Amino acid sequence: MQMKTRKPKLAVWKFASCDGCQLSLLDCEDELLAVAGEIEIANFVEASRAVVQGPYDLSLVEGSITTPHDAERIHKIRRQSKHLVTIGACATAGGIQALRNFKDVKEFISIVYATPEYISTLNKSTPISDHVFVDFELRGCPINKMQLVEVISAFLNHRRPNTPPHSVCVECKQRQTVCVMVAQGIACLGPVTHAGCGAVCPAYNRGCYGCYGPKETPNTASLSAWWKHLGTSEESLVRAFRGFNAYAEAFRKESEAHEAKK
Amino acid sequence: MSAHGKSRTIKVGYLARVEGEGGLYIRVKDNKVADVKLKIFEPPRFFEAFLRGRQFTEAPDITSRICGICPIAYQMSACQAMEDALGVKVEGPLRDLRRMIYCGEWIESHTLHIYMLHAPDFLGYPDAIRMAKDHPDIVQRGLRLKKTGNELISFLGGREIHPINIRVGGFYKVPEKKALESLRDNFQWAREAALETVKWVSTFEFPDFEQDYEFVSLSHPDEYPIHEGRIISNRGMDIAVRDFDQTFEEEHVEHSNALHSIIKGRGAYFAGPLARYNLNFDKLSPLVKEAANAAGIDSQCHNPFKSIVVRSLEVLYACDEVLRLIDRYQKPDKPAIDIKPRTAIGYGCTEAPRGILYHRYRLDEAGTILDAKIVPPTSQNQKTIENDLRQFVPGVLNLSDEELTLRCEQAIRNYDPCISCATHFLKLDIQRE
Repeated sequence: MQMKTRKPKLAVWKFASCDGCQLSLLDCEDELLAVAGEIEIANFVEASRAVVQGPYDLSLVEGSITTPHDAERIHKIRRQSKHLVTIGACATAGGIQALRNFKDVKEFISIVYATPEYISTLNKSTPISDHVFVDFELRGCPINKMQLVEVISAFLNHRRPNTPPHSVCVECKQRQTVCVMVAQGIACLGPVTHAGCGAVCPAYNRGCYGCYGPKETPNTASLSAWWKHLGTSEESLVRAFRGFNAYAEAFRKESEAHEAKK
Repeated sequence: MSAHGKSRTIKVGYLARVEGEGGLYIRVKDNKVADVKLKIFEPPRFFEAFLRGRQFTEAPDITSRICGICPIAYQMSACQAMEDALGVKVEGPLRDLRRMIYCGEWIESHTLHIYMLHAPDFLGYPDAIRMAKDHPDIVQRGLRLKKTGNELISFLGGREIHPINIRVGGFYKVPEKKALESLRDNFQWAREAALETVKWVSTFEFPDFEQDYEFVSLSHPDEYPIHEGRIISNRGMDIAVRDFDQTFEEEHVEHSNALHSIIKGRGAYFAGPLARYNLNFDKLSPLVKEAANAAGIDSQCHNPFKSIVVRSLEVLYACDEVLRLIDRYQKPDKPAIDIKPRTAIGYGCTEAPRGILYHRYRLDEAGTILDAKIVPPTSQNQKTIENDLRQFVPGVLNLSDEELTLRCEQAIRNYDPCISCATHFLKLDIQRE
């Protein structure tokens, strides 16, 4: 007998971000129509005018919380979502806009805007998990679109996504890229950075710059010692850890340690 | 409120199929448009503030995060500004590679807009996925064309979104000629698909809506403007990029987190594909001119609804240009020029898919950024979008609120607005009184 099944409902939500991570879904040119055949795209305003009411089986959340309004909106989204997955460095670590967290945001507003009183913003840019329970965090600035397909597929099939938490170094070995730090003396964040990008920078003769945030149990102090051995200044170390995942705990603590030594 | 009453408000709380967050508010009184506000509530992220204190080498990667749809535009404007400040010029094959990857972004971004964001308006679908049920071959063609642009970006840049291979002075790694040539077959297919796209979109029905705009774009003596040129307009402007701040100014209005850019003493202007096309038609390749002619588009097009055709013509140009550049490519000896920091101010302006994108940086002797200014295309078009709606709405007031809202959204989507960029859009809010 044929069972009548309802297609799972997918929603995509945006907070402070560049749109790049949700664009990854539209960049799945070969998979998009197949994915759309398996799920109901119920709320994805970047792609569609048609909005289906919640609750939603899976909510993908892009962007960080930076305004009082957004701090409330994320709770409403959580209440409507069976599973909530954050996509990208903004949603999982506060993003590049979390650089404000190390400074006075009032000064930032007056640098950019002529009439600061029109601007409503919080002092800090924070990840979604600071506000609501998050079922899974997909890393990256931007995320890897094949990992996104894996995450969607995993949640539809009631299993954990397979996104290894080891370092970028492992991906260099898998790709058979010769270590740029050992062979060329190029400073590289690969040893402390979460895998997922496919170790793209070293393959282009460039050191990793940490788009995917800290790996599991990163030894940032040891890596900093290596960078110093290569001639990196304390100021440069602060900047290196203060990038797209500046507010992720391991990177934040390491940058603060070097800032104190400046 | 009744469509036939004296007063009417139309609100689009959350504009769909645009990049970023915005809304629209229109108040109609006695069948006249009393107020139009394009509201941008995309939260501000303060890029110009946190760029202070960073190294000049970091600007391309940091500013690319302003927009995931056109990161290369940000990287290119940043590189150009830094190279201007530090007195170097990227030429020869390195310049060609930059033009090539920028073509990839035009193809990817324009095709996304043509097929997935704009065409559904003309054919009456809420999105491309539902459009694909009735027109599977067309949507598949669009997806493959978009993919061809993305593959070029990945090949030269390392990945589609926020590429990692572009640096001040050139690249980290440049391709072998043979590897680049492997893309040729795909681009030959893409050029055909782009021609089909022009034919397809030229069959759409367009409202009769021509306006007298001041078009502003780059202009280059030898090529259709993408990554270099002077800034010109159809009302006599002809300035070097470094004179941008003397010619344009930004206003901060209450209803938008994006600053409004205007020409000093004159007001609103129009940037983007239509401006480029109208000011540089003679620089297009013969194939594109012929396709324009066949599509019934003159060398001048002042109807923003037809921007979808012009965007398709630019995709065709970009495919043609990639093939030309692949043919003449010779691998350079070094992937980048050596650069030494110095105290200086640098200016950069390139043609993002949505129009001119201006960067200015002041550096100290160690190459640290002292201040930064970035003017993205959508903030430049905001005022023109509002003006368009003021002119467009009175002619369609007989429509129901639902229909009217849809038409207003379409009028906004003519500009392919990127709100993530502009605040660094749209809820529609029409009030009829």
